Amino acid sequence: MGLTSSILMSPFHLLLQQLANGFTIGAIYALIALGYTMVYGVIRLINFAHGEVFMVGAYLALTALLILGVAQPLTGVALVGVLTACIALAIGGCGMLGLGIERLAYRPLRPRPAESSGRSGQAPRLAALITAIGVSFFLQNAVMLLYGATDRRFPAFIPARRWEWGGTSLTLLQVVIWLTSGVLMVALQMLVMSTKLGKAMRATAQDPTACRLLGIPVDRIIALTFALGSGFAAVGGMLFGLYYNTVNFHDGYLTGLKAFTAAVLGGIGNIPGAMVGGLVLGILEALGAGYLSSQWKNVFAFVVLVGLLLFKPTGLLGERVADRA
Amino acid sequence: MSVIVALIFPLVHPHSYHIDVVTTAGIYVILALGLNVVVGFTGLLHLGYAAFFAIGAYAYGLLNLRLGWPFWVGLGPAAMAAGLSGVLLGIPALRVRGDYLAIVTLGFGEIVRIAVTNLEPWTGGPNGLLGIAHPVIQIPGVDRYDFGVESMPYYYLVLVVAVSVMMICVRMGRSRVGRAWAAIRDDELAASCCGIDTFQLKVLAQGVGAAIAGLAGAIFAAKQGTITPDSFDFILSVMILAMVVLGGLGSVLGVVVGALVLGTLPELLRGFEQYRMLVFGVIMILMMRWRPQGVFGHPPRLRA
Repeated sequence: MGLTSSILMSPFHLLLQQLANGFTIGAIYALIALGYTMVYGVIRLINFAHGEVFMVGAYLALTALLILGVAQPLTGVALVGVLTACIALAIGGCGMLGLGIERLAYRPLRPRPAESSGRSGQAPRLAALITAIGVSFFLQNAVMLLYGATDRRFPAFIPARRWEWGGTSLTLLQVVIWLTSGVLMVALQMLVMSTKLGKAMRATAQDPTACRLLGIPVDRIIALTFALGSGFAAVGGMLFGLYYNTVNFHDGYLTGLKAFTAAVLGGIGNIPGAMVGGLVLGILEALGAGYLSSQWKNVFAFVVLVGLLLFKPTGLLGERVADRA
Repeated sequence: MSVIVALIFPLVHPHSYHIDVVTTAGIYVILALGLNVVVGFTGLLHLGYAAFFAIGAYAYGLLNLRLGWPFWVGLGPAAMAAGLSGVLLGIPALRVRGDYLAIVTLGFGEIVRIAVTNLEPWTGGPNGLLGIAHPVIQIPGVDRYDFGVESMPYYYLVLVVAVSVMMICVRMGRSRVGRAWAAIRDDELAASCCGIDTFQLKVLAQGVGAAIAGLAGAIFAAKQGTITPDSFDFILSVMILAMVVLGGLGSVLGVVVGALVLGTLPELLRGFEQYRMLVFGVIMILMMRWRPQGVFGHPPRLRA
């Protein structure tokens, strides 16, 4: 993946390698982007603290590995067991965290049903955004105090298997990331489209007042949306830690912003859009870093984000208009 | 009264470290006043304000190092460069509103910071610009006074600029333009129906706010003598926003108090350094919950 190997590769295999790498990181972005897009879809809130939830997920997975004493690659039953334990702790912990954030920070700011008639679009957006920044600061610094400010090594417990094809290499880890994200996304799509909870979520997104009248517990649906999105971000965090081998309390900010870009790219509020947006952004970034300049890698996401919001705020698959605020 | 306290503070308390802390807080006051024009007066959420501070600082640094312009000559162009960048950003960006504007400005802030880090031939890259000249007061044939690395002259420089900016802000807030800004903040649609050119006035607010940040940037560069991209990160943008919000959106007095308190708090809490940002996050959440208009702010009706 480094420069030395890419010089020896044929242009075709180099491109293939960049695509594989982009697809991998894109899958992680997509997992995080789902949380942004689900929350936005339901209550029109950009949950700025979502990036930190992702980072907490990475640390929770790390904690699980430390408790289990995993330090080297595993195989067979042990591998599956550890992977399950990590995912369970990360999803569980972050799900609770999502519930807590919603309950303590955002719900108090939401207009009560009685007051919201007519002016519900005028929810205090600035207050919610500043609250989100406050939550971000809190989570970042809490993690820093608990785990230290330096990079923490993330034990690589997936065997370092790799397949080569004319210079293009694909690692087992990449395949695991693709499969995990793919399974989760399909599961989410099924949940949203064909369960009662999913139906309630879609109804809340359309008209919370009407939902209340029909007896749908809107507040509980919103809380569950937060929990679900946070769980996805947590899995993203674990995969991120595995892919880069280190985690840092700063990681949530940049990766969160990129995932948000992915959500906007796909059309915020649109679940398949977030998946597509994540993959497209990951591939764009990998190609940009590979062919233009790796120094400017982190700028690509921002340029895409700013350009998109200015010229096509509805995103690739979006249907909503940005000018609503 | 408070002006007298501010004027004699360094004389009765000639402790250069403390004077320096207050001077830095004074630069925050200027920045917060500038951001208040954008967020408080006009209701445009801006999350990349540190970029204008950076543009002002780098503009003066480059004018001084490349062209040899002294501080007093470079100050105006530095503020203008930042103001112009604010207008240029504003023209495309102000077409989107609310959360989207916040994110566009955040992206802008990051792009500027990364660009400054990567454009090494001009900006010195991560090492920044070194050896920027300190201000010098020279009366031909009489005397020459170099500000050097003393803390006292900067204290008075910042005091004069901060008080001037404060007075300008108070006057501006009450003027025709200021009232139009308030109208846009309270209800943009209604304002445009009253015949206010909302787009032009929003761009103006952004330009004025950016120019004030540029002014602060030039003073900062002259005071430090060295500037690096690290000084202008997202945390700074958020800190300034927090000063404005906690002090009271739109209230000039509140913003000044907010900036002085938050600007000196880190020094007062040196022992709790680690917990500072944690507590800060909690305060932001609690403030939004119980007093979203800030300590000195307007009634909550005025938020959009």
